[in-house]
Amino acid sequence: MENLNQIESEILNKIKSAKDRSAYDLIKTQIFGKKGIITELFKKISDLEQSERKEYASRLNSLKTKVTDILEKKLTDFDQSEINKKLKNEKIDVTLPGRTYFTGKIHPVSQVIDEVTSIFSEIGFAVEEGPDVENEYYNFSALNTPENHPARDMHDTFYLNHSRDLLLRTHTSPVQIRTMLKGKPPFKIIAPGRTYRHDSDQTHSPMFHQLEGLHIDQNVNMGHLKGCLYYFVKKFFEVEKVKIRFRPSHFPFTEPSAEVDIGYKIQDGKIKIGEGDKWLEILGCGMVHPNVLKNVKVNPKKYQGYAFGVGIDRLAMLKYGINDLRAFFESDIRWLEFYGFDPLDVPTNYRGLSR
Amino acid sequence: MITSLSWLKNHLSTKANLNQIAERLTEIGLEVENIKSSNNNLDNFIVCKIIKAQKHPNADKLKLCDVDVGSGSLVKVVCGAQNARDGLFAVYASPGAIIPKTNMKLKIVKIRGIESHGMLCSGYELEESSDKEGIIELNKKEKNIGDKYFKSIGEKTMDIAITPNRPDCLGIRGIARDLASSGLGQLKKQPPIKINQKFKSPIKVSIKKEKGQGCAIFGSVYIKNVQNKESPDWLKKRIISLGLKPISAIVDATNYVMFDLNRPLHAYDADKIDQEVIVRNSKKGESFEALDNKKYTLENNMCAITDKSGVLGLGGIIGGTRSGTEFSTKNILLESAYFFPAQTRKTSKILNIDTDAKYRFERGIDPDSIKLGLELGMCMILDMCGGEASKFSIVGKIKDERKTIDLEPEKFSKIIGFSITSAQIKKILLSLGCTLRMSGKKMKIVPPTWRPDIKEDIDLIEELTRIIGYDKVPLINPEKENIKDTLNYKQKLFHFVQRSVASKGYTEAVTWSFTDSKTDSLFSELKKEIKLSNPISTELDVLRSSLYSNLIIGAKKNIHRNFEDLMLFEIGPVFKGSKPGEQSTMISAIKTGKYSRKNWIEKERNFDVFDIKNDALRTLNEIGINDSKIVVSNNTKKWYHPGRSGLFSLGSSNGPELAYFGEIHPSIIKKLDLRTENVLGFEIFLDNVPESRKKIREAKPQYMVSDYQKVVRDFAFVIDEKYSSGAIINLVKKIDKELIKSVKIFDVYQGGNITLGKKSIAFNVTLEPKDKTLSEKDIDQISKKIISTVQEITGATLRS
Repeated sequence: MENLNQIESEILNKIKSAKDRSAYDLIKTQIFGKKGIITELFKKISDLEQSERKEYASRLNSLKTKVTDILEKKLTDFDQSEINKKLKNEKIDVTLPGRTYFTGKIHPVSQVIDEVTSIFSEIGFAVEEGPDVENEYYNFSALNTPENHPARDMHDTFYLNHSRDLLLRTHTSPVQIRTMLKGKPPFKIIAPGRTYRHDSDQTHSPMFHQLEGLHIDQNVNMGHLKGCLYYFVKKFFEVEKVKIRFRPSHFPFTEPSAEVDIGYKIQDGKIKIGEGDKWLEILGCGMVHPNVLKNVKVNPKKYQGYAFGVGIDRLAMLKYGINDLRAFFESDIRWLEFYGFDPLDVPTNYRGLSR
Repeated sequence: MITSLSWLKNHLSTKANLNQIAERLTEIGLEVENIKSSNNNLDNFIVCKIIKAQKHPNADKLKLCDVDVGSGSLVKVVCGAQNARDGLFAVYASPGAIIPKTNMKLKIVKIRGIESHGMLCSGYELEESSDKEGIIELNKKEKNIGDKYFKSIGEKTMDIAITPNRPDCLGIRGIARDLASSGLGQLKKQPPIKINQKFKSPIKVSIKKEKGQGCAIFGSVYIKNVQNKESPDWLKKRIISLGLKPISAIVDATNYVMFDLNRPLHAYDADKIDQEVIVRNSKKGESFEALDNKKYTLENNMCAITDKSGVLGLGGIIGGTRSGTEFSTKNILLESAYFFPAQTRKTSKILNIDTDAKYRFERGIDPDSIKLGLELGMCMILDMCGGEASKFSIVGKIKDERKTIDLEPEKFSKIIGFSITSAQIKKILLSLGCTLRMSGKKMKIVPPTWRPDIKEDIDLIEELTRIIGYDKVPLINPEKENIKDTLNYKQKLFHFVQRSVASKGYTEAVTWSFTDSKTDSLFSELKKEIKLSNPISTELDVLRSSLYSNLIIGAKKNIHRNFEDLMLFEIGPVFKGSKPGEQSTMISAIKTGKYSRKNWIEKERNFDVFDIKNDALRTLNEIGINDSKIVVSNNTKKWYHPGRSGLFSLGSSNGPELAYFGEIHPSIIKKLDLRTENVLGFEIFLDNVPESRKKIREAKPQYMVSDYQKVVRDFAFVIDEKYSSGAIINLVKKIDKELIKSVKIFDVYQGGNITLGKKSIAFNVTLEPKDKTLSEKDIDQISKKIISTVQEITGATLRS
């Protein structure tokens, strides 16, 4: 029995002497292997007197536990020193660039369409669309702009045939007509889209984008129009206060008609919306003309409402300080990357329209 | 429309100044686009007084003067004149002024180390005398300091944008009437005319009765023994202020009346008229030389003013040179007529003529202004040129088409959102020239003859709102209630896929819907291109039938600027025909150049087909099309490399086309001079993406995982090269759909020791048992089955 203490110190010395993993494995076998020191000791239990067995077994067990712990500790130390050795050799220059990745961008026009859609979605507008190629009726006549009306002069039109009844829509207003013809009031829609005019210079592009708005119900009056557009302008430009002016104008398809100006000033070479004493025209609007309602079989005695049209490209230019309209459509990668938006920047109400 | 304050005051008595008037005009819908001074520069020369003139500290011959220019503080001016002295009144030119003699623009400059803010002028510099020596010495008083030295030659003018519904405001009187109605002054009465008109006009006028006759009334007066001459200064100035050139008293008078009353007139040299005036439809081929010195050949049925010899002019549009007035003209016929808007517009469109008269007639002239116009024109001509006027001859008549309009005051508040009293309505409508009577609660209103735009009650409501002011319309906050979803499926798909593609590294371009037909035809299967009748240029002559055309044109511009590694996409319409709706929505992306270029960590390589295939497939997956529904085939289009492109279709290889992908045909790259080796692209047919009947959450099966270990086994075969990888995968998968979870190709090899016409293909099969752990025996069994099936069906041999 006494020699258990001696055996213990022998074992511990053995373990201590292990210099590497293979020596360690050998020693472990010498202790716990089939014929190992401790294994042999356990075999002896059966040779003992009944009275000695209990104490011997207990001492042997604690020896086993102790040795096992020390072995485990020794193993951890080996692993650690191996890792430490490896770490010493594994040094890299983290200032080197990483692997190739690609970032795409969303075009400002698309971003602004999303912003505007988000705003109008909050106040109950749904999105409608119409074709880019229109016939003369939807683009003009149904909108109370008969042939030979001088208002047509304001729309330099692209035609697709010589009889001039097929054309590229000059505004998004034909979507009003299509929407009302296919449905029943109330109507509360916006229609963003491409529009075309035969005009090309520094400030005009033969293609641009408009957003049409239409709200028809039994009691929609000009006050609602004003409220809607105030709401829109404030939200879009993300300003607390905004100066807006409704100025009488003329569109054949609305009456009364108005053009809407917003106040601005130039500060440090940049345009600041909502303040200042200069005016900038941003949209046209008005109460839908009874003739338009008649043309789409909506009873103007019962239903009334407003319509508006905004230039989307112009909104983008104002909000994001872009100067040249024509650059929008030139696919210059430098411009697109400079003015484009991260695809993760989805304009929403809760996260804000823009960062 | 251009007007000055003084001209406006001919018709309006008001105390308002120009700015107040401009502001009010804008408020009532006559937008003042700008206010111009006729000569700003002359306002820069100001009467001043030299308070103190000292020697310049750094120059003996120069003086440094403190000058009072009436601005409140003294201005320092360096001056070389000997006569500059204390107390002298002189002419000061401020920085920015252009010196008349030299045409030099003054700046603030340092002269011998001291800044000079302007200049004191000599008579020579102002082109008033040859005296170069000293500055002008004025005999003025203290109170004159700050006055403009030059009397204003011209007056400030306003440029007003007149909307097409307001022909009446193409005359200054109309503008004055609107201002008066809005409360900014009173409209003056037109002075009565008292001229002795004793004789009958010797020139007979007739309007031929025929279909489509463009003239309703032809009024005229014959004035004999006139002496045409240059107009007096006041008239010249007004004509100049309109941006016109003074011609002669007679012509200027007709122009004056046109702008004053919106009443176009025309003066003929009566002696050049062959016998009589006949207003009739033209006959095809008739021609005349117009006052713009161009010869016009007419079509049938244009409104021609003719005499026995032929066409004198086009009614309402332009007169002819044959009967034009000259300084030597002795007798004139002055015309004041009514031509119908539609005919006027049609004729001028066909002949492409734009004149001030045409602009007015096509918008609608007051048919009641014939006599008024003749009176004013005649008086002016008699005043300036003398002569004797005949009695008026007024031929023809026009049906008064004005209807009595019923107006209920409640309708105003229903449309506009605030109420208005009957008294207010009356006051405003009367001031605009309407006549009105009450009939119960309704008002019966007849609009004035000069307002062809007022036809129904809504027109009157607009008038009332405009004059009261749009700022009085209340602001009603919007309701936040949705009638229906903001976006439908297609629209949601559009917005989703746009960001899906962008998130893969593509930059969005928005390009024109039209493109170059030569480029587009390379990417088109249309039998007939969709031509624009009036393209903006020959390079933009067709509607695009593919998004590739403009994307590749755009890529080319970038590549030529040495931006050669590019990823671009566009989402939008492509066109299949020239009728509304013959278009579909596509998203197309291209990438060109290298995936990585001279990179320390990665091997340099070009973008390739498997990059673009991946992008397309991942996009399809993200928009909700499961891999199991997508079939890849080598179907392709002519614009792709025939061996390096393919098609994703839905369900089977001849199911709806979802997307083409691949390398753009090398000959197209060459033809378009793209200066790159490779362009890869995909095009997704968004209109073919089916709307799932179920939401993703509804379509998902129950969540089930196996507790048993998965097993992966590798296989390698030598197989005839005609078998595509996809075919082999499908073949293996079918062997045990329950057990085989996936089949993945990890090596494909041809050449070397592999027989020609064959390929080595290696794949691993993942087995996922659901009810037990697979034993070696189970695994062996399924492996054997895989080997034997592949061998039997394809004749492949197993590689060891």
